[in-house]
Amino acid sequence: MNVPTLFGLCAAALVGLGLYGVLTNPQPLRKLLAFNLIGNGVFLFFGVIARRGAAAGFAGDPVPHGLLITGIVVAFSASALAVALLLRLFQATGSATLTGDAPTRAEADDRDV
Amino acid sequence: MTVASTLALILVVLLLSVAAWTVVARQTFAAVVGFVAYGLLLSIAWVALSAVDVALTEAAIGSGLTGVLLIGASARLRVTEAAASPERPGALLRGLGALASAMVAGGIAASVLSLPEPAPTLAPAVAEHLPSIGLGNAVTVVLLAYRGIDTLLESIVVVFALIGVWSLAPDRVWGGYPGPRQYADPNGILAYLGRVLPPIGIIVGVYIFWVGADLPGGKFQGATILAAMWLLGMMAGLADAPPISRTWLRILLVAGPLLFIAIGFAGALTAGAVLAYPDGYAKLLIKVIEAALMPTLTLTLALLVAGRPERTARG
Repeated sequence: MNVPTLFGLCAAALVGLGLYGVLTNPQPLRKLLAFNLIGNGVFLFFGVIARRGAAAGFAGDPVPHGLLITGIVVAFSASALAVALLLRLFQATGSATLTGDAPTRAEADDRDV
Repeated sequence: MTVASTLALILVVLLLSVAAWTVVARQTFAAVVGFVAYGLLLSIAWVALSAVDVALTEAAIGSGLTGVLLIGASARLRVTEAAASPERPGALLRGLGALASAMVAGGIAASVLSLPEPAPTLAPAVAEHLPSIGLGNAVTVVLLAYRGIDTLLESIVVVFALIGVWSLAPDRVWGGYPGPRQYADPNGILAYLGRVLPPIGIIVGVYIFWVGADLPGGKFQGATILAAMWLLGMMAGLADAPPISRTWLRILLVAGPLLFIAIGFAGALTAGAVLAYPDGYAKLLIKVIEAALMPTLTLTLALLVAGRPERTARG
C-alpha cells in the first residue's frame, strides 16, 4: 500500500472517530473537539488528493494546499465562535448542558465581573 | 515494505491512537492535551504528504491556537463535567453511534481506494502562470492570485467570527477588555517565558511571513506566531488586550480586508478583471496585500482566543 492511500484510510478513520464523539459525548466542548477530528479527516483526505495530483515539478497540487490553509483558518475561527457561545451559555445558566430543560438565571449579566 | 511506508504506518497508528484518546478520555482537560499532541502528529503527516505550508498552518493554528482556546475553555467549564455524566447515552445508543460512524468511515475508505487514475491535478496550470507572477512559492500564488477570492472571503470571515464573539458580551461590559484578568506568579516560569520567548517569536513570525513569497510560510502562519507571542504575554499577566471600543483597533481589524478589496476592484480597471493584477506589478501588489493583512490577522486570531469582553473599559 502506498503512503497517500495509507493517509487516506487514516482520514476515513478520523472522520469515523470524530463522528462517534459528536454522537455519543454529552459535553458540548467534547463534541466541538470531536467535530475538529471530523474536519481534520476531511482536510487530510483533501491533502491525499493533492499529493496524488503531483505534477509539473510540484510534490503536490498547490491548489488544494491553498484551499487547505484557508480551511484550517476558517475552522479555527468557527471553533473560537463555538467556544465563546459555550462560555456565554455557561455564564448565563450556570451549566453547559445541551438538554432542553436547563435552569436559566434571569440576572445573567450580574454574574459577570 | 519500504522505510517511508513503515514510518507512515507508525505515524498513522500513533495519530489514530491519540485521536481515539481525545474521544474516550474521561477528563476534558486530558482530552484537550491529547488534542494538542494529535495536532503536532498531524503536522508531521502533512510533511509526509509533501504539504509543508499546510504543516506549518496545522502546527500553528490547528494544534497551537485551537489548543490554547480549548484548554482555556476546559478549565472554565471543569465544574460542569460531573453534571454531564448522567447524560451519557446508554450502551445500546453508543453501539448504534459506533455502527453509524463505522459505516461513514467505511464509505470514505471505499472512496479512498477507488480514487480516479490518473489523479486530476491543476499543478500544470499553476506552473504555467507561475513565472508571470514572480513568486517562488506556488501555494502563496494560489492563495493570492489563482484563488484570491477565497483568501479575500477568508480574511473577512475571521473578522466576522470576531464580531460574533464580541456580540456575546453583556451590555454592561460592551466595549471593555476581552477575557478574564490573568494573574501569574511574577517570578514563575510563565512570566519568565513571557519575557524570553516573544523577542525570538516575533522575529520568527516576521521571517515566516517574509519568506512566504518563495519558501513555505506566509501571512497566516506568521500572524499566528505573532498572535501566540501576544497571547503568551497576556497569559503571563505582562500584557493585556485593548478594550474592544478602541478606534485604532477597529481600524486595523478592517484595514487588511478593505485594502484587499480596493486592490481587487482596481484590477477591474487596470488588468481587466476583479482580483487580477496588472502585468509586472503582481509581486508588489501581493506583498502589499500580505503586509496589510498581517496586523489584521494577528489581532483577529489573538482576540478570537482572548474571547468576548468580560471587564469594563475602566478596568
